[in-house]
Amino acid sequence: MNYALLSALLLLLPLASFVVLGIWGRSIFRKASGIIGTAVLGTIAALSVYIACQYFLVDGQLNGTYQPIIALQTEWLKFGYKELSIDIGILLDPISVMMLVVITVVSLMVHIFSLGYMKDEERYSTYFAFLSLFTFSMLGLVISVNIFQIYMFWELVGVSSYLLIGFFFTKPSAVAASKKAFIVTRFADLGFLIGILILGIQTGTLDFSTIIDRLSNPQSEAFISMTSAGFLGLSTLTWALILVFMGGAGKSAMFPLHIWLPDAMEGPTPVSALIHAATMVVAGVYLVARLFPVFHLDEIAMSVVAWVGATSALFAAIIATTQTDIKRVLAYSTMSQIGYMMFSLGVSGYGGEAGLGFTASMFHLFTHAFFKSLLFLGAGAVIHYVHSNDMTDMGGLRKHMPVTHATFLLACLAIAGVPPLSGFFSKEEILLAAYEGNKAIYFIALFTAGLTAFYMFRLYFMIFWQKEKHYDPHHGEGPMSMKLPLIVLSLLTIVTGFIPFAQYVSSNGKGFDTHLHLMFSIAPVAMVIIGIGVAYVLYQKANDKPTNLANAMGGLYKAAYRKFYIDELYLFITHKIIFRFIGKPAAWTDKNIVDGTVNTVASATDDVSFMIKGWQSGKVQQYAMYFFAGALLLAFIFIYLWH
Amino acid sequence: MVQDFFLLMRSELMLILIIFGLLFLKLGNARLKNETVMNMVNVVLIATLAMGFLVKDTGMIFGNMFHTTDLIRLEKNILTLGTLIISLQSYQWLKAHKHAMEFYLLLISTLLGMFFMLSSANLLMFYLGLELSTIPLAAMVNFDLHKKQSSEAAFKMIVSSAFSSALLLMGISWMYGIVGSVSYSAIAAAISGSPLEILAFVMILAGFGFKISAVPFHLWTADVYEGAPIPVTSYLSVISKGAILFVFITVLYSVFRSMGDTWYYMLYILSVATMLIGNLFAMRQQNMKRFLAFSSIAQVGFILLGISGQSVASSTSLIFFVLIYIFSNLAAFGVVSLVSSAYGKEKVDDYKGFYQTNPLLAWTLAIALFSLAGIPPTAGFFGKFFLILAGAAKGNWLLITIAALNMIISLYYYLRVVKAMFMDHNAAPLEKINTPLSPKIALIICIVGILITGLYSGAYEYIYSLVS
Repeated sequence: MNYALLSALLLLLPLASFVVLGIWGRSIFRKASGIIGTAVLGTIAALSVYIACQYFLVDGQLNGTYQPIIALQTEWLKFGYKELSIDIGILLDPISVMMLVVITVVSLMVHIFSLGYMKDEERYSTYFAFLSLFTFSMLGLVISVNIFQIYMFWELVGVSSYLLIGFFFTKPSAVAASKKAFIVTRFADLGFLIGILILGIQTGTLDFSTIIDRLSNPQSEAFISMTSAGFLGLSTLTWALILVFMGGAGKSAMFPLHIWLPDAMEGPTPVSALIHAATMVVAGVYLVARLFPVFHLDEIAMSVVAWVGATSALFAAIIATTQTDIKRVLAYSTMSQIGYMMFSLGVSGYGGEAGLGFTASMFHLFTHAFFKSLLFLGAGAVIHYVHSNDMTDMGGLRKHMPVTHATFLLACLAIAGVPPLSGFFSKEEILLAAYEGNKAIYFIALFTAGLTAFYMFRLYFMIFWQKEKHYDPHHGEGPMSMKLPLIVLSLLTIVTGFIPFAQYVSSNGKGFDTHLHLMFSIAPVAMVIIGIGVAYVLYQKANDKPTNLANAMGGLYKAAYRKFYIDELYLFITHKIIFRFIGKPAAWTDKNIVDGTVNTVASATDDVSFMIKGWQSGKVQQYAMYFFAGALLLAFIFIYLWH
Repeated sequence: MVQDFFLLMRSELMLILIIFGLLFLKLGNARLKNETVMNMVNVVLIATLAMGFLVKDTGMIFGNMFHTTDLIRLEKNILTLGTLIISLQSYQWLKAHKHAMEFYLLLISTLLGMFFMLSSANLLMFYLGLELSTIPLAAMVNFDLHKKQSSEAAFKMIVSSAFSSALLLMGISWMYGIVGSVSYSAIAAAISGSPLEILAFVMILAGFGFKISAVPFHLWTADVYEGAPIPVTSYLSVISKGAILFVFITVLYSVFRSMGDTWYYMLYILSVATMLIGNLFAMRQQNMKRFLAFSSIAQVGFILLGISGQSVASSTSLIFFVLIYIFSNLAAFGVVSLVSSAYGKEKVDDYKGFYQTNPLLAWTLAIALFSLAGIPPTAGFFGKFFLILAGAAKGNWLLITIAALNMIISLYYYLRVVKAMFMDHNAAPLEKINTPLSPKIALIICIVGILITGLYSGAYEYIYSLVS
């Protein structure tokens, strides 16, 4: 089978669609652009499912182990430093093939949904062009053969998500949000870039498989040199991995780099379903999984991954219980679920059943993609109907929107982890892995599972039950194009849990069997039932219990509602410290020295020659003084102090 | 010998030909339209470029004062290309100017000075070239004849460069006093890093620092850039700086190689200071020219970081970066220049809603700014990445981290302009600008250059092969 051709097509089609819609979308294909984009996505979704079937069932296995297939590889650039070179290529292995399916299927659903949702938008074709660009960059990210290639697509994903979040650019909050998302993730990417540099320089390669080969063997030269030298008490390897993880944590909105995610909800809702549920935000998890053979050798890096994940899971779940914006609840719940995937990797061992955490993490990524995008699309349908994001404006919608109601309920049950929906199976595996790997994290995860059930059903009851509000939608529940994706995704939510995932995706490519431990399931399921029960009591009918409870909890509720003041902390650091102590003096010098000159010139009267005036202002002498002082200082330092 | 002379100095001879041609035309009171003059010069510049690429010859003449290698040839070609782009871009500004011919006289003279500087194998020769490339530039800065700001800028430039030249010359004469020669090879063989040599070196360094506007030798930059006509500003910030940088690595790597440990730390200090100050000032600029001026100071900080790596990769990444920088910065200046000559507006706020009326120009400026900010996959990212990689080879992670942080800061202000163009609402955005042919060609060259150097790796490998 010709993987090179098919997978290249997989990348080129959305790119072509972006170019065509970007250039001619507004003039020629104004009406047709949605159809074109959707048709392209349909094609590549079919392609990637076909590739997945071929890979998993026919070609992938050799002696019972899944082997990576390099479908395409070409040397793109030689550095001239230690034989370092950058390759561009396409890597197919269990996790990348799985990601291909997730991305294309979810993206297809989002495209179809957008046909109805964005119908009246003025920049309809631009929207679809951006969606194509995003899909292309995300696909490019997962099939990278090379850590540098992944970085480039990583940034491209950042750029295209910036465009999509800021799509409603007439809303100042959307613009601010897109900028925040871009800059925060760029900050994290810096860590990533430095991590890449360290890895590249130390191992002499940027190729994933070679890096893994050279570092996964504790006797190898690169491994010894990277673990022997250190900086601030940590070995070079640990630093490199933590820095790479920092990039991943930024994209995946892990604590404390998560601040961009809730604000990013300003983008169109289908975009959130694509970017913030299934694709971009899991890129960090994917990155760690990609380098997992190296990560698992370094205990410190692994525990960083585990604890950052666990903290994020709990922290986000607590905040989610207090938010009233429907999309923000979903955003925090995404962050919490990604925390699950992250710590699951962090507690995992390597190979066979010890690598359960790895498999569980990927499994949860897979199932979560479907039910979370279902939730977001459902939320989109609700917002479309109510014209508000605020849960307090909603209530009793189950009669108005039967399809949305049913699918949303299904997704809530899935994310809460109610058997036999997909979320139950994947979360169960994660909890099992945590139980075997780290008991403290297990208990955090268990508690978070209860919280998850609580806030999801709080959301559900507040939207679909409670007292009916007055709505003025001018239209029904939504066109077929909006209902169809909901139905397809809920089918996927039911089915995907039964896939024998561990057979296909495992830390070392060797499949294994997983069993359901009934005794083990009792605790999580009990937690879920308690969570749903509490939500039922508090929110099924409008009453004053939640307010009383919030009053009783006082400070804690307020802290959670204000998202634990993390944003304020960032603001304090940037405004109060950086601006005051660095920006202000700089501004002062600029105002008084640089601008001062210009102002003097501007106010110079005609009867005085400006040349004399400029001379008299004395600023050039000042420049010369700085110049001379600088040279003297350098000479002084290097003659007297340096030697 | 005669053949050598013609072959090795062909680029210089071509430029001298233009200079004399223009001079005779001017003296003969030829009534040529400005457009004709521009077209003539552009054609000869293209011919110079073509000759630079076609004829390959290396060697030394004039008693080892003047030498040419493949690398120097490439550097000259890069500068010629940049000058050509600027010449194309100045169309709108020059077409009604009374003194277009003089402008070209001065422009080509400075380019000639740079060529001599590049080919010099001798500090004295270098100094002559440097002055030839500086003094006419100050006159060019004054070319907005009716604007006071322009004259003030010219005055500031000539005074401060006289100051820096004085220091530089003092450094050179001390070097001569120590070594007894001003030839590069003799100095390289004789110096050992004694305190006196360090003092002389610092003075020479300050001279270079002034030209590339490294902090604290940068103070003249913002005023001069703002006062000068835009084509001259772009020439100053791109071509003139590029030429000095090319010479700078030659001088550092071949003449002062044995003092490498000392100047590594000097560059370290200068690099950090330059990045920080440049970025912090650029952050709050409202005038596009000033903003580009400060951002170009910050870029120099990255260049110094790359140079501090002291390897073949450092030289390669520097030349590669300058090439990319020419494309990116000239694309940005090109758009700013079009807007300025059409509406006289130079503020960032004036660009609000620019995308609604001028989508193509807005995209051009956005790509240029993305490239300057170093966002992959634009060329600027690779330029910066290679510089950082070259600097990282020294293993100084603190410096790398500072550089990386500065990339973020710079992202903030580059993005501000992009945001103004694409996202900010403006009831009355600047109206559609009619771009004449030659600026259009210039912008196309720039954008194609950004894309090709970014996506196709051949350029880097070619430079690498020449350097090693």
